[in-house]
Amino acid sequence: MICYLRQKNWSPYLVGSLLGMLSWATFYFMDKALGTSTSMVQAAGAVLGLFNESLVRENAYLSKYVVVKPVFDWQMALVFSLALGAYLSAKLSKSRINEKVPTLWANRFGPSVGKRYLASFVGGIVLIFGARLAGGCTSGHGISGGLQLALSSWVFLVAMFAAGLASAFAIYGKGAR
Amino acid sequence: MFDSSFFAAPTELLLGAITGIVFGFLLQKSGVSRFETIVGQFLLRDHRVIKVMLTAIVVGGIGIYGMRDLGLIENLHVKNAQLYGNALGGLIFGVGMALLGYCPGTAVAAIGEGSRHAIIGVLGMVFGAGLFAQVYPWMKSALLQEADLGAATLASATGLSEWLFIAALAVLALVLFAALERHEKRARS
Repeated sequence: MICYLRQKNWSPYLVGSLLGMLSWATFYFMDKALGTSTSMVQAAGAVLGLFNESLVRENAYLSKYVVVKPVFDWQMALVFSLALGAYLSAKLSKSRINEKVPTLWANRFGPSVGKRYLASFVGGIVLIFGARLAGGCTSGHGISGGLQLALSSWVFLVAMFAAGLASAFAIYGKGAR
Repeated sequence: MFDSSFFAAPTELLLGAITGIVFGFLLQKSGVSRFETIVGQFLLRDHRVIKVMLTAIVVGGIGIYGMRDLGLIENLHVKNAQLYGNALGGLIFGVGMALLGYCPGTAVAAIGEGSRHAIIGVLGMVFGAGLFAQVYPWMKSALLQEADLGAATLASATGLSEWLFIAALAVLALVLFAALERHEKRARS
């Protein structure tokens, strides 16, 4: 058992199957579906609430997610332990990294850490804006919605891959191939 | 803070934490928590993202609809089809994913793995969520209320059986995987 956990790379088919089965477990035992992006809204609401509680209360969107419901709920616990699970996996297989600028990025835009961090920040904003507009992200729509055959999720998936493909070629260029 | 307690019930948190540990462990083991893997998928030179996702969808779908048919689960968790929001949101999401090199879940996993720029990405997400909340009322009236079909699935929208779609997806996945494996074997040799 432990030697499997120490392996660096598991087959994507094995991981995909286990993620599918993890969904069985969340539906059966917890009456929940995997998701992550709602937690970003709750985090934003909690941080804003520290400074200006009435702003959060009066906001139609944030108040739905934080005022009447606990901020730290099932999904928030999931999101925090996602990092722990990945840490354990990387630690066991000795594949921890310390990446400030990915190679593929550096090849195209140079080794500047500031430039990469700026792109990461902007990328994060754009990403979550899209996720909240669509009502979910790669886990909530992609996996949970996809496997339930949700119409919303399949529309999202097709749009996501189309835009991802076009922008990756535009950003990193053919030279990256 | 606010009207509800800050923390949900301990059992709920424990179950969420266990789910998250398994989820993060699996994402790291498959390599999809790496920037290069995600951008590589969009550049069509690394197909692990599509392999993981499509397998999870087919295996997950068989279990979820199987359990529903056996009466083991009652609730599905289908998100509303607000088609303009889903489509436009998906397009914006794809641009962000290519730029950041992660989606929300894989970015958090990447932090655990040791990616520093993923931390900045997640900070951007929290900031972006606050930003979205400010424009939500406008988005709602302009986009989300239009073409809202409720909790529709491919099956309910067409009147066909769920199993027909699952079978079609399974066949599609097998054909695609076989083609990808052949292609990758050729590329290696």
